[in-house]
Amino acid sequence: MIPFDFDYYKPSSVPLAAEWFHLLQQQGKHPIYYAGGTEIVTWARTNDIHPGAVIDLKSVPECNVMEMQGDKLVIGSCVTLSALTAANPFPLLSETARGIADQTARNQITLGGNICGNIIYREAVLPLLLANSRIRIAGIEGIREASIHQVFSQKIRLEAGEFLVQIVTDRSDLSLPFVHIKKRQIGSVGYPLVTVAALKKDERIHTAYSGVCSFPFQSAAIDQVLNDTSLPLSARIDQAVGQLPAPLLSNVEGSAAFREFVLKQTMAEAVHTLERR
Amino acid sequence: MTLPPPAMYPVACEVNGEKRLVRVRAADILLSTLRDQLGLTGSKPGCENGDCGACTILVDGLPVKSCLMLTVEAEGKQLTTIEGLKNSPVQHAFVRYQAFQCGYCTPGFIMNCEGLRNAHPHADEETIRVWLESNICRCTSYEEIQHAVRDVFTPKT
Ligand SMILES: Cc1cc2nc3c(=O)[nH]c(=O)nc-3n(C[C@H](O)[C@H](O)[C@H](O)COP(=O)(O)OP(=O)(O)OC[C@H]3O[C@@H](n4cnc5c(N)ncnc54)[C@H](O)[C@@H]3O)c2cc1C
Ligand code: FES
Ligand code: FES
Repeated sequence: MIPFDFDYYKPSSVPLAAEWFHLLQQQGKHPIYYAGGTEIVTWARTNDIHPGAVIDLKSVPECNVMEMQGDKLVIGSCVTLSALTAANPFPLLSETARGIADQTARNQITLGGNICGNIIYREAVLPLLLANSRIRIAGIEGIREASIHQVFSQKIRLEAGEFLVQIVTDRSDLSLPFVHIKKRQIGSVGYPLVTVAALKKDERIHTAYSGVCSFPFQSAAIDQVLNDTSLPLSARIDQAVGQLPAPLLSNVEGSAAFREFVLKQTMAEAVHTLERR
Repeated sequence: MTLPPPAMYPVACEVNGEKRLVRVRAADILLSTLRDQLGLTGSKPGCENGDCGACTILVDGLPVKSCLMLTVEAEGKQLTTIEGLKNSPVQHAFVRYQAFQCGYCTPGFIMNCEGLRNAHPHADEETIRVWLESNICRCTSYEEIQHAVRDVFTPKT
């Protein structure tokens, strides 16, 4: 049971969602946007968040599209991970989505909710960082578009009252050679010890990580070292691990030392596979 | 612009083929509404955290963990709980293979399997494996469950 009350709003358009958020905020209701609800319901039940109102985005048509618009793939933020995997318009994204939670949960979890979530893994962002996707964001001022790299640094960084409407990816980035490796403490469902996603573009390998530090990231410094073929792979990987943007994560999934061991193995697997493609 | 008034929310949906209208708090969780307001106690609370699948029902034919869904989200939807199944091949297979011990996880497994039949009537081994990962059996009846589900998807001559 959720031990407090909130109001529920289900806007049918982008401007209405943004306006209702604005009005509710002015009324001191502390609204939050609501998509799959899997994180919000869990955190509300355990009393970790206390929104006074939730604004369900699932009836906003723009948030539900999944289509090619010219040379761009446009995916609405409320598309579920299972719908994304079934349609498979961006294989690396499908593969990443397939590794998140379990099949039934993926019928609820949305792409936008995963990226905007507070749970530290946010694995679905990795392919978007690698493909330099662009994000359409709505707020009271209207819709703006920004590079994923501008709005996602460790976590999503939106202005107050803004929400993620769509993710836009160039057709040319959809079918590049890729690798996705997720290693868990045990079994094939659950949070990652280490997730590595990698794309090969113009003969360079680009990598992105979740579960390694307390946030998902892509690092130019790490990619620079991993692509330095004048060094043997093991030396490149030792150097790459020295370039991590934050301390290795140590939690119930695994200690920092174990993660480092798994990370090195996984990096080697990813680079080795892509170098041969 | 005025906001719609916040209140108790009427939710009209179809439950096991019958039209139902419930009045709920926006914060009410579907699993609780099914059990406490509608008396449908077949869907079980396990972890209430999205991990175990004991609360799985079908929403418009797809399996969903009802402990992670607000009742207000069910407006206009078709819900099927274990009580809505009558002599389905999945139920028969679970009996035939004794695919349970205490039975607590059984409604969730059966509803997930019904959802799999809807989405993939000819599901292959890999698809069955991936879908079954959504449910946990504390009594570890996994082998019998696997036999039962495999049987459901084996073409009969
Ligand atoms: C069983 C289970 C296993 C899981 N395993 C994994 C895993 O392996 N890897 C992983 O990465 N995650 C995992 N998760 C976490 C899961 O990814 C999150 O619960 C989920 O991503 C949240 O998505 P949602 O659509 O349900 O979002 P919601 O719960 O609706 O929202 C989450 C947050 O995002 C905000 N938000 C949602 N949509 C938008 C939007 N369009 N614009 C702006 N803000 C928005 C909300 O305000 C809220 O703060 C797991 C969850 C479960 C239940
Ligand atoms: S009770 Fe819903 S998943 Fe465990
Ligand atoms: S039969 Fe007891 S939990 Fe599955």
